[in-house]
Amino acid sequence: MAAADTPVSAPFQFSRVPIDVAALRATLADPACGGYAAFEGWVRDSHEGQRVRLLEYEAYEALAVREAGRIVAEAVARFGVRHAASAHRVGDLRVGELAVWVGVSAPHRDEAFRACRYIIDEIKHRLPIWKKEHYVNGDSGWVNCERCATAPQEHAHGLPGAHA
Amino acid sequence: MSAPLYGLVLAGGRSSRMGEDKAALRAGGPTQLEQAMALLAPHVARAFVSVRKDQRADPLRGKFEQIEDTREDLGPIAGIVAAQERFPGNAWLVLACDLPLLDAATLECLVRARAPERLATAFRSSHDALPEPLCAVYEPGSRAALAAYVARGRNCPRKFLMGADVHLIDAPSKRALDNANTPEEYAAAMNTRGAAPAAATRRVTVQYFALLREQAGRGTESVVTAARTPRELYAELAHRYPFTLDPSVLRVAINSEFGDWSASLADGDAVVFIPPVAGG
Repeated sequence: MAAADTPVSAPFQFSRVPIDVAALRATLADPACGGYAAFEGWVRDSHEGQRVRLLEYEAYEALAVREAGRIVAEAVARFGVRHAASAHRVGDLRVGELAVWVGVSAPHRDEAFRACRYIIDEIKHRLPIWKKEHYVNGDSGWVNCERCATAPQEHAHGLPGAHA
Repeated sequence: MSAPLYGLVLAGGRSSRMGEDKAALRAGGPTQLEQAMALLAPHVARAFVSVRKDQRADPLRGKFEQIEDTREDLGPIAGIVAAQERFPGNAWLVLACDLPLLDAATLECLVRARAPERLATAFRSSHDALPEPLCAVYEPGSRAALAAYVARGRNCPRKFLMGADVHLIDAPSKRALDNANTPEEYAAAMNTRGAAPAAATRRVTVQYFALLREQAGRGTESVVTAARTPRELYAELAHRYPFTLDPSVLRVAINSEFGDWSASLADGDAVVFIPPVAGG
């Protein structure tokens, strides 16, 4: 979390409307920071050969917000960054829309980049968020779930690369 | 091959000695009716509550599938007769709703001891060694005999079992089948249960997300369950819904924190089974 003497930014929030990147970025401003790094995750038009039309995001928000707070606190402690903020959309998103945003400010660029990378990786692996892909051909499926019944080990939680 | 087992909770009584509806009694946790339904659930393919016609609209009984009495003023035997008429090919695990000390172990003992070639399987009363008719398995073969018994104007299920080919077994605990017909009996049973280490069932809220939500057909529900851990609870729910996800790919959360599959569930817990995640 942000230190007590700095502008308060929520470590993580869910949004049902387009994420206001400018407002979130502003919460990271700090004269002591010379570096800012951000990551934006966008809805892509294909997944494993299927043409994607729409993504439907769903989250277990109470637990996700807590876990995200821990992730951001870990990043601050581990990389010495000054501020970090992040947001994730829920609901239906079209191709090209912003699904997830992470921003970090730090005295220098190296820790900002590394902390930003850490936060987005952990968000993808640890937060109880799910997406259902709706394909151009009319099919749909929950990512990482539909094949679990037949190949549970490949998609088990906590395995590196399981949710790449 | 034994007939598939259905469950029937008898809740059609008038509770006149109790002074209030015995099915709705509760000691902090679930009602007696909900507790009885939860105890049945692991053993039966479908479970019903036996009701009188004028109880159909009762919201507590309305939470369950119902079988309405087809005969009036016969007492509990009317419920068994009506169930056998409606599903003659099934065996019935019959439970009274006023057995506050009944636990999962006792019921499991009965179901394991079931003798499908006899007319019924029942406990021998620890008080008088007579059959206990309202925590018993009635086989399809008992239907004709029971109908004939009722047709003769008789209505005592215990006397019916005393004259029938019944497999009698001893209950694992002496007081498990004590019933409570009066406020004093109920209070005494609650004292006994309070001294026991754990109540038989608990009420938990289960919230479903993503694929599990679709397969359960609901986002949340309140479940009265005999499951002691999330692992047992998921197994019970997987019996009820067409879940395709193996527990090995799920995580569990209790009260909005990641939890352990073998944690002890407490009354009032909120449980979430977390499918493989896919944020970002």
